[in-house]
Amino acid sequence: MMELINPLLLAVILINFYTLGSARLVACIRVVAIQGALLALLPLLSHGMTFHAMLLAAEAFCFKGVVIPWLLLRAIRRVRIRREMEPIVGFVPTLILGVLTTVGAFLFADLLPLAPEHHDGMFVPTALATMFSGFLLLITRRKAITQILGYLMLENGIFIFAVLLSAAMPVMVEAGILLDLLVGVFVMGIVVNQISREFSTINTERLTALKE
Amino acid sequence: MIWLLSGIVLTSFAGVPGLFCNRESLRGERLACILTLTGAVCGLIAVALVLNSGGETYLDLPWSIPGGTLALRLDPLAAVFMLPLFLVVATGSVYGLRYWPQRENPGNGRKLRLFYGLISGAIMLVLTARNGMLFLMAWEVMALSGFFLITTEENKEEARRAGYIYLIATHTGTLALFALFAMLDHTSGSLIFPGAGTLPAAGSGLMFLLGLFGFGMKAGLMPLHIWLPGAHAAAPSHASALLSGVMIKTGIYGLVRFTSFFAEIPAWWGWTLLLLGAISGILGVALAIAQHDIKRLLAYHSVENIGIIALGFGLALLGRSYEQPALMILGLSGCLLHVVNHGLFKSLLFLSAGSVIHAVGTREIDQLGGVLKRQPWTGALFLGAAVAISGLPPFNGFISEWLIYLGALQPLKHPTSALGLAVLTAPALALIGALALACFVKVFGIVFLGEARSKAAVQAHEAPLSMLVPMALLLVACAWIGLLPTTLVPLLRGAVENWAGIDGGTMLGGSFAPLGWVSLIGWLLLALLAAVGLWLSRISRKVPRAIGTWGCGFQFSAPRMQYTASSFADFLVRLFHFGLWSERHGGKVTGLLPGVTRFSSHTPDTVLDRVLFPIFLGAAWLCRLLRACIHNGVIAFYLLYIALTVIVLLALFIL
Repeated sequence: MMELINPLLLAVILINFYTLGSARLVACIRVVAIQGALLALLPLLSHGMTFHAMLLAAEAFCFKGVVIPWLLLRAIRRVRIRREMEPIVGFVPTLILGVLTTVGAFLFADLLPLAPEHHDGMFVPTALATMFSGFLLLITRRKAITQILGYLMLENGIFIFAVLLSAAMPVMVEAGILLDLLVGVFVMGIVVNQISREFSTINTERLTALKE
Repeated sequence: MIWLLSGIVLTSFAGVPGLFCNRESLRGERLACILTLTGAVCGLIAVALVLNSGGETYLDLPWSIPGGTLALRLDPLAAVFMLPLFLVVATGSVYGLRYWPQRENPGNGRKLRLFYGLISGAIMLVLTARNGMLFLMAWEVMALSGFFLITTEENKEEARRAGYIYLIATHTGTLALFALFAMLDHTSGSLIFPGAGTLPAAGSGLMFLLGLFGFGMKAGLMPLHIWLPGAHAAAPSHASALLSGVMIKTGIYGLVRFTSFFAEIPAWWGWTLLLLGAISGILGVALAIAQHDIKRLLAYHSVENIGIIALGFGLALLGRSYEQPALMILGLSGCLLHVVNHGLFKSLLFLSAGSVIHAVGTREIDQLGGVLKRQPWTGALFLGAAVAISGLPPFNGFISEWLIYLGALQPLKHPTSALGLAVLTAPALALIGALALACFVKVFGIVFLGEARSKAAVQAHEAPLSMLVPMALLLVACAWIGLLPTTLVPLLRGAVENWAGIDGGTMLGGSFAPLGWVSLIGWLLLALLAAVGLWLSRISRKVPRAIGTWGCGFQFSAPRMQYTASSFADFLVRLFHFGLWSERHGGKVTGLLPGVTRFSSHTPDTVLDRVLFPIFLGAAWLCRLLRACIHNGVIAFYLLYIALTVIVLLALFIL
């Protein structure tokens, strides 16, 4: 089973790049849903078919792979947008930045004082790369929907880390993650609805007017 | 020790029972006054016992705060600072009964009395604390109570502004003190104050600078005096007396106590203090001359007197550095005696100025005039204090300045060494004394002599007995030190021994500083003065009194023809233009038959209004610009900040 992990993590990184470079929101949401579903396999692959791993996988699949993407797709249908127009930083530059941060994450992970059993795998660099891609998405996009996707990717990155720790700290990790995620999505859901109702757009830059 | 503790507790909580009394009732203020008086008497007994036994009294209790025990110690050095405190607090609290009665000030009378008591207790604690933590606590209570005293009339914009500046200044100083005590703790290994002369001098330069900044800010040394003029002007007069007479001296106490810890003292400490003292003294009195507000003027005289004290202290430090015991003893005795003296005569000045303000209702010197005819006793008391502050015999100011002069002339015995430059202290002191005299000639001439310049000044009435008696007590104390200086010699000797960590061998009072002769000359002068006064009053009885004082023989003189505060001081203010930068508006007369013209002059504080305000305005502008850049409302940027923070933290973690 272990040999399946590296291709899986590679797929996660590729999905990061796709999300960073794509303007089509629906496709992005679907791809992030796929990323979540793939990540749901991760605890099973790394810890075997234990009850705890299965629980974690089921939770991740439900939330990351099904519920949240479905909510986002519904929201997109309601506000009737399809594409991310005029991002703050263009798609190609974002993609280049994404590549750079991924390379940085791989280099950086070598320097980290990790436990010996985590040193060789792709877990830590992938987690860092996914987190930074999420951050990039958050920073460079205008639409609230894309920003939620950024949060989701950020959480995915944290989830990869958490899989490493789930044996040591069983319940704490996933409870923390899922709670975080739910809060994030609810908050952003409210933001999306409220922004589009107030300004008839979901561009977050209108929020600039809210500063003191 | 029990006396001291009860003194601290009684004065600290003197204002508390009043909080539970009716707003209009007299009970609270009387109770506060009685408690304060009892507390002061208890403290006085404690000091008397210590001085009588020739040693010191101390208290050492275990304490849950790390770094040392709860240590209190009362030694002659602290006692020197304590004595004026008791007198000023007691007289001020009696004076306050009529000056700030609860019935006329139902809104803030209770607050004033609460913090008046609290600050007195806190000062006692500051002076006796021997644990750095306890010292800082008491220091902070003192600083905050001072803030509430200054903002007693918080409905006035001026008082709020003064209080705000004071708060900023005092906390900046306290910050330096925190650093100082942390370093002291590091050096000596405990927060308990080390004994005199026990710490090595190595690496103490930064500590000295921190102490100079923190304590100098409280004392009001020249570039750090920014809070002082506004604060003393805004507080009620008896609170100003306490703040100016006693509280600012805690800064001097801190410096004196702190420098006593070191076995060797680098020479530059003394030179720095001499330089700062000369600047404070000369510019302080020059600024005082230029003022039109009587309490602001007195506040600048505090800066001047702190300068004189710093001069004496600088000489003492130089005496330690160059191993000249005579210089050290004279400098330090002069410094400490001037601390006591300034506490007495400055309080008296504030109280008598307060009595004038109470009667007339204004602090503007140009609105007063001829007050001596309406308030003869207040005028006489003010005159006595003015003579004392100008450093003239037979009052106490002369004695301390004379000791400092003697110290300043000591280096002449060794003209070859670098110490020779310290002789320049003497001309600086002479300049300060002469200018102070000129300033008080101005105040007394404009306020008390001449004709009343406003209707309110005409209707002024003499202060009641309960205000006059406390003032008279202070004048008696001033005269006592001036006429019987030998009575204070044991106290000063003990304090000097405390400071220098030496025993015996001090010669103060002998041929070395012939205080006995000074006292004799003082008495002779007094007798001469009395004789001349009697003779003058006998011959003046026959003279008609219909003509105004400043009338120059002109029969129909009007009050407007008199010298004003600014015209009287104009010559000196112009001489010191390089340090004062006074503003002059109008006054140009053109043509043969000029119309109505106006003239006004105004002297803002050199450091606060000319330097600090522009700098802070610039800094505020810069910060606003920076905030507009950083805090621009674009969510992407905030997220970028988070990402950068995470990256920086990770990088730091790796490194």
